Amino acid sequence: MQAPGDKASPLVATLGGGVLPGWAPYGVVAGSALFAAAVLLGAGAFSVALLLVASTVVSCLAIYLWSRAVEGRRRAFDRLVTFAVVAAFALALVPLLSLLFEVAKRGLPGLDWEFLTGSPRGIVGGGGAAHAIVGTVVITGVAAVISVPIGIMAALYLTEYGGGRLRRALTFFVDVMTGIPSIVAGLFAYALFAIFLGPGIRLGVMGSVALSVLMIPIVIRSSEEVLKIVPNDLREAAYALGTPKWKTIVKVVLPTALAGLITGVMIAVARIVGETAPLLVTTGVVDSINSNPLEGRMQNLAVYAYSEYRTPGVMKEASYDRAWAAALTLIAIVMILNLVARLVYRRYRTEIR
Amino acid sequence: MQGAAGATKAETEAAPVETREPAPPAPPAAASEAGARRRAKTIEARGVDLYYGEFQAVEDATVTIEPNKVTALIGSSGCGKTTFLRSLNRMHELTPGARVEGDITLDGQDIYAPGIDPVQVRRLVGMVFQSPNPFPTMSVYENVAAGLTLNAGRVKKSEKDEIVERSLRGAHLWNEVKDRLDRPGSGLSGGQQQRLCIARAIAIEPEVLLMDEPCSALDPVATLAIEDLIRELKNRFTIVIVTHNMQQAARASDVTAFFNIEESGRPGRLVEIGSTETIFTGPSEKATEDYVSGRFG
Amino acid sequence: MGAPPFTAGSPRRWGDRIFSNLAVGAAVTILALLAGVALFLLIEALPAASAGADRLPEGKSLVDYIAPLAFGTVLAATIAVLIAVPLAVAAALFISHIAPRRIVLALGYLVDLLAAVPSIVYGLWGIFVLGPAAVPVLEWLEAKLGFIPFFAGPASSTGRTMLVAGLVLAVMILPIVSAVAREVFSQTPRQLQEGALALGATRWEMIRMTVLPFGKSSIVSGAMLGLGRALGETMAVTIILSVSGIVTFNLISQANPSTIAANIALDFPESSGLAVNTLIASGLVLFAITLVTNLAARAIIARQNVQ
Repeated sequence: MQAPGDKASPLVATLGGGVLPGWAPYGVVAGSALFAAAVLLGAGAFSVALLLVASTVVSCLAIYLWSRAVEGRRRAFDRLVTFAVVAAFALALVPLLSLLFEVAKRGLPGLDWEFLTGSPRGIVGGGGAAHAIVGTVVITGVAAVISVPIGIMAALYLTEYGGGRLRRALTFFVDVMTGIPSIVAGLFAYALFAIFLGPGIRLGVMGSVALSVLMIPIVIRSSEEVLKIVPNDLREAAYALGTPKWKTIVKVVLPTALAGLITGVMIAVARIVGETAPLLVTTGVVDSINSNPLEGRMQNLAVYAYSEYRTPGVMKEASYDRAWAAALTLIAIVMILNLVARLVYRRYRTEIR
Repeated sequence: MQGAAGATKAETEAAPVETREPAPPAPPAAASEAGARRRAKTIEARGVDLYYGEFQAVEDATVTIEPNKVTALIGSSGCGKTTFLRSLNRMHELTPGARVEGDITLDGQDIYAPGIDPVQVRRLVGMVFQSPNPFPTMSVYENVAAGLTLNAGRVKKSEKDEIVERSLRGAHLWNEVKDRLDRPGSGLSGGQQQRLCIARAIAIEPEVLLMDEPCSALDPVATLAIEDLIRELKNRFTIVIVTHNMQQAARASDVTAFFNIEESGRPGRLVEIGSTETIFTGPSEKATEDYVSGRFG
Repeated sequence: MGAPPFTAGSPRRWGDRIFSNLAVGAAVTILALLAGVALFLLIEALPAASAGADRLPEGKSLVDYIAPLAFGTVLAATIAVLIAVPLAVAAALFISHIAPRRIVLALGYLVDLLAAVPSIVYGLWGIFVLGPAAVPVLEWLEAKLGFIPFFAGPASSTGRTMLVAGLVLAVMILPIVSAVAREVFSQTPRQLQEGALALGATRWEMIRMTVLPFGKSSIVSGAMLGLGRALGETMAVTIILSVSGIVTFNLISQANPSTIAANIALDFPESSGLAVNTLIASGLVLFAITLVTNLAARAIIARQNVQ
């Protein structure tokens, strides 16, 4: 082959050339970290964050230069990109780890029996978050009671019935609903009740309505996924036995999908249990335990955390401590719900085949 | 054989169909566009065992792939011929848990030696896949030039144009696409797409060209067009082709290797290898004779 | 998928009728709900729209009131998207192509965990942890890059700046963008990837030639979903941002515009009368902005699916 072919041929001759040793990436990282640490200590500017950043930059440079000298430009660039991607991933995890660590560190001290069972005492502050916990349970519970039936029925509509325009409209609007900002959902609930019951109203159930607006699309989406997986053969077997459609759904489809449906609901609850904004504008802030959603303001863990921060009592630190404790409780609830949801799914799901 | 008149609609939808001329045997005439006959490389496999995790797919394969010849790997499904093919350009190891034992050398150089970069092996041993896979986001031109852009760094536009044209001519595709080089590679018919992939593979001047059932997704007319192409390409490259179509092996190859498994779950073995004529008219192993005469497979 | 035909008047028809009506009813309820959201908000917002500036909070006309808030909303969300998307794509690539197969599930779970944290917790973390930690960085930015309007300073001493708020928002939307990207990257056809490798491409080159072009539309729509989320995020911004209401591009100082959502959260609890209507009007504007963003994202996905 003539000259242009030769352009490509420098690589032909070398099936070989250098390769970095297998330990190279790890060695480079370790070496860079040491190097960076030494430099920082020497300059008197040592800090963990700075060390991490410096060693990342140094190791990226080092691996590229070393590989370039031994293996060639392309391989070196490939290694560089690998390093950069790993670094980016680690960077993405740093906030998560920092957050979990800080919440645990600052929230644990305040998480005592008093906190969980007592209610706020007087204006001086102090006391516990029992009212908030009760409120969270009640508001979320009522929201679930509203959302789950509507959500599952709508999902059933989409998968079992549903034709033409109503179906397409519904799918489209459920998509739209997933994008409603939480505060707008809160404003809607406020507007709804204000029009019928007058302005300035604050009720526990308003919060539940607001949360339902956020929860329903989540329940619909996850239920739809689960219902779609139920194979058609099961339905047809039931029909062939003369079972009416509604009974097929109730006795065959739903039980088969049950584990998945429950999981979906639990995950939806986990998503809304931490919502603050819609409740700020609907349920308000209150200091006493109120378990009647239809009567007056109701406190809630998320809003409690916020108000302890925003309007701390005379002893600011104590209020902040309580805010962190409430935050820790919230995260714990969310994580437990997610975990249990996954376990439930794994353990109880009906093996289709 | 219907001839050009029987060309499918798909083949005719682009520019006028290339009439399929029977390729001249060992053609000095074809040297006009391909340059002088070029001595390509030999691949030798010795005692090769191929594993997917704990499962052994191929056992003790020993083959010499001769330069400038077409070697066909035949055998029933699941006997390891594609697995073996993929070990020749270090694609087998891409599967998680896959393992290669034994020796595979390219003109004497062990391609699995510790210091060898698989990327360079693949540059020298090209591959054409079962279903055509042009890059959908690239034009015809960019597809052919894709390997060039990677491997040759800065190439002047005029040189690139020349290489692209040469490769497309070499793949018998130039006349059909020369007016639509900027259009997406995915807009062509199946046969054209496969020839595009072949052009793409030969543009970087590999030593060996591996083809994994290249015609199985194509209609008969396209298939014969590609077989013609293969006969011509062997002047420049060493070609190894996996096919489950015995007639194709008989038509297109010089050397045939027969792989077989005794029963499912056992690794595949190379039963017999020899000149295509021998294998098909007077094989030494009974299993080979049974297979080529259609008693099984 | 219809029920087998029944003779008219059969008692079993009842159950079917009731059930299917319930299902349809649920579907209609949801559509009504959505219409209701728009409608009720509109009703409550109208008084503010028709009132003169003198009766509205801060004595501004409705437009003058909402415009700076809209500016702040878009600014914070833009910062968030600019930071989150590259990181999310890199993290997604790591999980789909680089990490050892065995730990991929765990890694995905970790990234998704970021999405489970309530926004109030992000707010507290932002103001108590990230803000103070960011102060040295803000000072460095002012010192070295102060000539750029974004970093004009003076650097805040508490960290309660637009930059930090944008950072926290970025962390919040990263799992959304990453999940979408991860999904599409792992669906890149194997044939395509092997085709690139067979030409002698390195892993990164293969990713650049096949995976990224394949996933381009999904990344864009994922970014827009993240943008929608960032536009509507309330609590983190409410807590972190130190607001003075001015419209500025200065990202590192104490004086920042507020966002629509944060403004509502801050003012609503104590507001009454026309102030409430004004806030609801701003909420309607926010709804419109996020609606357009989400619709655009869905449209991009839909177009990708058709091709």
